[in-house]
Amino acid sequence: MRAAVITFPGSNCDRDLAVAMETCFGRPVARVWHADSELPPVDLVGLPGGFSWGDYLRSGAIAARAPIMAAVRRHAERGGYVLGICNGFQILTEAGLLPGALIRNAGLRFVCRPVRLSVVNRNTPFTAAYGAEPITIPVAHHDGNYVIDPEGLARLEGEGRIAFRYLDNPNGSTADIAGVLDARGRVLGLMPHPERAVEPLLGGVDGRPLFASLLSAIDGGGRP
Amino acid sequence: MTMLEITDELLARHKLTRAEYAEIERILGRPPNLVELGIFSVMWSEHCSYKSSKIHLKKLPTEAPWVVCGPGENAGVVDIGDGLVAVFKMESHNHPSFIEPYQGAATGVGGILRDVFTMGARPVALLDALRFGDPKAPRMRHLVAGVVAGIGGYGNCVGVPTVGGECTFHPAYDGNILVNVMCVGVARADRVFYARAAGVNNPVVYMGAKTGRDGIHGATMASAEFSEADGSLRPTVQVGDPFTEKLLIEACLELMETGCIVAIQDMGAAGLTSSSFEMAARGGTGIELDLDAVPLRETGMSAYEIMLSESQERMLLVLECGREAEAEAIVRKWGLDVAVVGRVTDSGRMVIRHRGEVVADLPVAPVSGASPVYERPFERTPRPLPLVAEALGGPVDARSALLRLLGSPDLSSKRWIFEQYDWLVGCDTILPPGLGAAVVRVHGTKKALALTTDCTPRYCRADPREGGRQAVAEAWRNLVAVGARPLAITDCLNFGNPERPAIMGQLVDCIEGMAEACRALDFPVVSGNVSLYNETDGRAILPTPQVGGLGLIEDVARLVRPDAARAGDRLVLLGESTGWLGASLYLREILGREDGAPPPVDLALERRNGELVARLLAAGAVRACHDLADGGLAVAVAELCLAANVGAVLEPAPADASEAGWLFGEDQGRWLLAVPPARLPELLAAATASGVLARPVGTLGGDALTLGRHPPISLEELRSVREGWLPAWMDGTA
Repeated sequence: MRAAVITFPGSNCDRDLAVAMETCFGRPVARVWHADSELPPVDLVGLPGGFSWGDYLRSGAIAARAPIMAAVRRHAERGGYVLGICNGFQILTEAGLLPGALIRNAGLRFVCRPVRLSVVNRNTPFTAAYGAEPITIPVAHHDGNYVIDPEGLARLEGEGRIAFRYLDNPNGSTADIAGVLDARGRVLGLMPHPERAVEPLLGGVDGRPLFASLLSAIDGGGRP
Repeated sequence: MTMLEITDELLARHKLTRAEYAEIERILGRPPNLVELGIFSVMWSEHCSYKSSKIHLKKLPTEAPWVVCGPGENAGVVDIGDGLVAVFKMESHNHPSFIEPYQGAATGVGGILRDVFTMGARPVALLDALRFGDPKAPRMRHLVAGVVAGIGGYGNCVGVPTVGGECTFHPAYDGNILVNVMCVGVARADRVFYARAAGVNNPVVYMGAKTGRDGIHGATMASAEFSEADGSLRPTVQVGDPFTEKLLIEACLELMETGCIVAIQDMGAAGLTSSSFEMAARGGTGIELDLDAVPLRETGMSAYEIMLSESQERMLLVLECGREAEAEAIVRKWGLDVAVVGRVTDSGRMVIRHRGEVVADLPVAPVSGASPVYERPFERTPRPLPLVAEALGGPVDARSALLRLLGSPDLSSKRWIFEQYDWLVGCDTILPPGLGAAVVRVHGTKKALALTTDCTPRYCRADPREGGRQAVAEAWRNLVAVGARPLAITDCLNFGNPERPAIMGQLVDCIEGMAEACRALDFPVVSGNVSLYNETDGRAILPTPQVGGLGLIEDVARLVRPDAARAGDRLVLLGESTGWLGASLYLREILGREDGAPPPVDLALERRNGELVARLLAAGAVRACHDLADGGLAVAVAELCLAANVGAVLEPAPADASEAGWLFGEDQGRWLLAVPPARLPELLAAATASGVLARPVGTLGGDALTLGRHPPISLEELRSVREGWLPAWMDGTA
């Protein structure tokens, strides 16, 4: 497992994601600057949470056009794994690597609380280690309301690309969607923060199976 | 320099008295020009000079073996072992938040963050102590919504978790709300930065956001009373940009790693003026400033405007000569403006040039250090008589009284507020908001910091000295309750107009009370802020000496969680109960009275009881621990039950006690402990040996709380009442 985490100006979960990956993977994680144009040789790229470019214009819109994103796109086209969390999810939709968009929460307020999720598709490289029970992972966002047109939604549902759904929807997302995959199942974007749920001391470990799933998908010979 | 005509109107606009002006002329040996007058105005404002409070602030103890740096720098510094220090301070942003709640509160967060990272510390936690007016008062819902959104909007974006605080309501704050924000950071002990300009010819460097016309005279505004017509002051409120602040944090911490920084100070109140004067004053040097080099947001700004602008997210640095390019590369990498705007000199003078002319030439020390100090006349608050218990009369419907208290604005859950804050970013928040003290792990270590903000303004109004003692004692108790060793406090002293002797008396008494408690508990003050003139149209706020406490937990495995109690645990009340209802929340919320003396704080007893609790916690004899505060025993039991999601049976009041006093009295120095039955005998023996009264008062179990002989209240009802008020009020349905 070779992983990297990208830092954009305004990213603020970059350290947290790198620490969680290092804890779960048992290997150092490369840190990459937004202005770089090449990724180091990696299997997994993490786009962290935060407020890249202050959420100005639209959340994730400016970061989606950062120099490093061309390299992330090529990485994804080659079948590399990409994990976008919170602002990272917003960046992936703005970059067109995932369908749909994330708009202001239906309640219009920022919301930070642990939420319960169902793991909708357990047959993906990001979710294979989960069981059938609901999991609890915190959210912390202002723009987490996932919207997609009916045709797009039907496609996501038909292709098993909804990875997670909220059991008590905190932001008004269409069809309670909390996380979606790209067509090849190698790019995941989700609003909840699995990197905040890898230690009992911090209130839970339901984020760990996500990283464990990736580790076995990549180191277990899942990479083409 | 052009001659200035000194009129009463000009002096009034600069909030300077005729006597202060005469002193300025004496210092200079000539009349000042307008730029110089503006500089004196902000440097000698109450906000920057502490001219009314200085002689009394000296009474506060500021030293202990673990104190690295006390008041006088940007923030206080305490040793937390293993080569690390905690850096912390609390500051008010009351007036701006009342005028424009979102930006006022947001820039309050920005300012206190800068005070902490200026010293080389990465900010790791924010807490906010908020005092609002009567929920029925006009604009109050708008103020709450705006302040909370502003704190969240800034703190969430910079990625520093907001982990705790308080929020209470009283009509005395109708025209003058309080927004006090505390920031805590962690730094390496060998890499703490101070604001002392040194090294002749070293470059003075500006970095961060550009300078605009916003917030000119913010510091003088903060030093004046309000009138209702002051909506027109909105242009003096600054606008924050948390994205720039985040870049500034990262750029500063990266610059600090290089060792090229000699001194650094943020441009807060009074902007470029206070940062340059204070750095030169502390260093005993002079500075030559070239205003043409200052990055500007708009054209045509005068020297007066550039010197007094309070544009946010700006820092002033002194670098080692020759390292400008290295520093510039780092700052540019983070996309921020950077410019050499001056040089350090040995002249002891601030010489400011603009468009080829000297626009100000002032001696540093008198402007910065010789501001007037007032020994304002004061009248101590007459000590109120204790209430006579019989006067309160009648039997108590304990069940409905408890529900009303839990659903009152002060005690109701603040979930609606803290869920708008990212309290988890950083992945070190171990105790979430809403349980008691917040606990944040020191990143990458086993240590944790326990943090709390406390003050009971209704006690301070009834008896400012007892109120001052109580604010410190309660902070100390809240830290002990989670297994922390209390180290030090920061404070925010919010009062009315000090030119009124009764208000000045409140300030003096509160400070003296705090000083006594700090001494008795080895809990020194290491930083703080004074906010005076909190009045609108002559109506002053309740005296509010807000305390922010910091404690250390050496190993997070020793943390005692307030939500860890279990069914079967015995409840033990530790400390003396007299049924004190004077100035209590019960008196105000249930009987509609706000009179009587507040509960006295016996500091020797406070320390003895607290030290016993700390020993019992360290010995593992206690599963969960709550201090008794607002609403007394009944509220403490209810909160313990809700935190642990378990019911309880509380034994009836002793035969010789009034039921209201037993359940809702607010005697100080008391604790409620949840104790595994097997540890009870040992705990009671330890209390007896220490001469501390400890009595079993109930048992945990079931899914309802039973107060003595009254019918049980289901946990569900307790929770819905406690959680209900704030969201309902915000929706307009309460």
